[in-house]
Amino acid sequence: MIPAAFDYIRAGSAEEALAALAEHGDEAKLLAGGHSLLPLMKLRLATPAVLVDIGRLDDLSYINDAGDHLAIGALTRHRDVETSELVRSQAGLLAEATSHVGDPQVRHRGTIGGSIAHGDPASDLPSVMLAMRATLVARGPGGEREIAVDDFFTGFLETCLGDDELLTEIRLPKMPDATWGFQKFNRRAQDWAIVGVSAIVANGNSGVGLVNMDSTPVRAAGVEAALAGGASATDAAEAAAEGANPPSDLNAGPEYREHLARVLTRRALEAAGR
Amino acid sequence: MEVTVTINGDSHTHDVEPRTLLVHYIRDVVGLTGTNIGCDTSSCGACTIHVNGESVKSCTMLAAQADGQDLLTIEGLANGDVLHPMQESFRQCHALQCGYCTPGMVMAAVSLLDENPSPTEREVRIGLEGNLCRCTGYHNIVKAVLHCAEASS
Repeated sequence: MIPAAFDYIRAGSAEEALAALAEHGDEAKLLAGGHSLLPLMKLRLATPAVLVDIGRLDDLSYINDAGDHLAIGALTRHRDVETSELVRSQAGLLAEATSHVGDPQVRHRGTIGGSIAHGDPASDLPSVMLAMRATLVARGPGGEREIAVDDFFTGFLETCLGDDELLTEIRLPKMPDATWGFQKFNRRAQDWAIVGVSAIVANGNSGVGLVNMDSTPVRAAGVEAALAGGASATDAAEAAAEGANPPSDLNAGPEYREHLARVLTRRALEAAGR
Repeated sequence: MEVTVTINGDSHTHDVEPRTLLVHYIRDVVGLTGTNIGCDTSSCGACTIHVNGESVKSCTMLAAQADGQDLLTIEGLANGDVLHPMQESFRQCHALQCGYCTPGMVMAAVSLLDENPSPTEREVRIGLEGNLCRCTGYHNIVKAVLHCAEASS
């Protein structure tokens, strides 16, 4: 399988990438690690006329302690997130979920920003972003803007990022004392989650994000509300599929996914000590 | 576009289409056919090589992305007639049946031990989850990786 022909531009800086996007508009796609985009291009499900390779923008690969939050460069590879002591101590849920992304070879190439900007509801990391209430930073022709994660995912493989914008940084509140659980249900090693759950509890507040339960990554708001009202993990988890519109595919229909969401949410909350 | 890569210590420069996948470049342009194409969907790991010392699936990378990088394929692992310890372990432990997955398995296993020199059996199984053996010969493959780790320690 070979992708359709495209023009290739290697960006030497974020500014060069933005200039290429400004010139080519929706004809262009950004290429980071390529482990979401290239498979789609090989299947000809994506046929961008121009690929703007941002894989060498090393200044967007970092994990910094920024006071009250962690600042993670969008081009930081999964492998570097997974093995970071800073991430493990301040955002253990992210380190754990990242260690379940794809397989080691995928994690050597794939990036946190690429995975999130791809907007795939079956991806693991968006659920962590929802649970930890991340802030996403994008750069465009008009400068930089901060986006709350709840505003980020707008449709199937769609985000609020403009054609001329570049996701540059992921900000996560530092939560060294949080307890958390990550659950991923699939049939075979390295498969996408049929359903997945990220849950985190800190200072009496909770965050629960779901994988593959709707056309976008979604928050289990009913579970969070039940927990805030003092419900047990078992009772709160009953609300996991409330309001969700799970997809149907050869792995599972909506009812089975709803069942999985409830069971996995209970397990994730129990792992988080609820 | 022009691409220059180092493969197994040798520099190669070629003019390629931007859409050329790295595995096609290695096999069809450079002529190193030890790296196999299996599923072609980044699932099976048959095409695993090392890019700058780390395991990567070469069917899911463009040759253009490898420009200027240091690649290692299965052909570059042995030292002349002396097999790499991982190859020797695969031989001793009978860790191959049809052999199709073997180049990718070996490259993934070498990368695994680089990152975790003394893995448990479970860590080996999880560490090789990106490589499929259709003969289902996993038992001896895991044995070979553990054997290599022990022999190297």
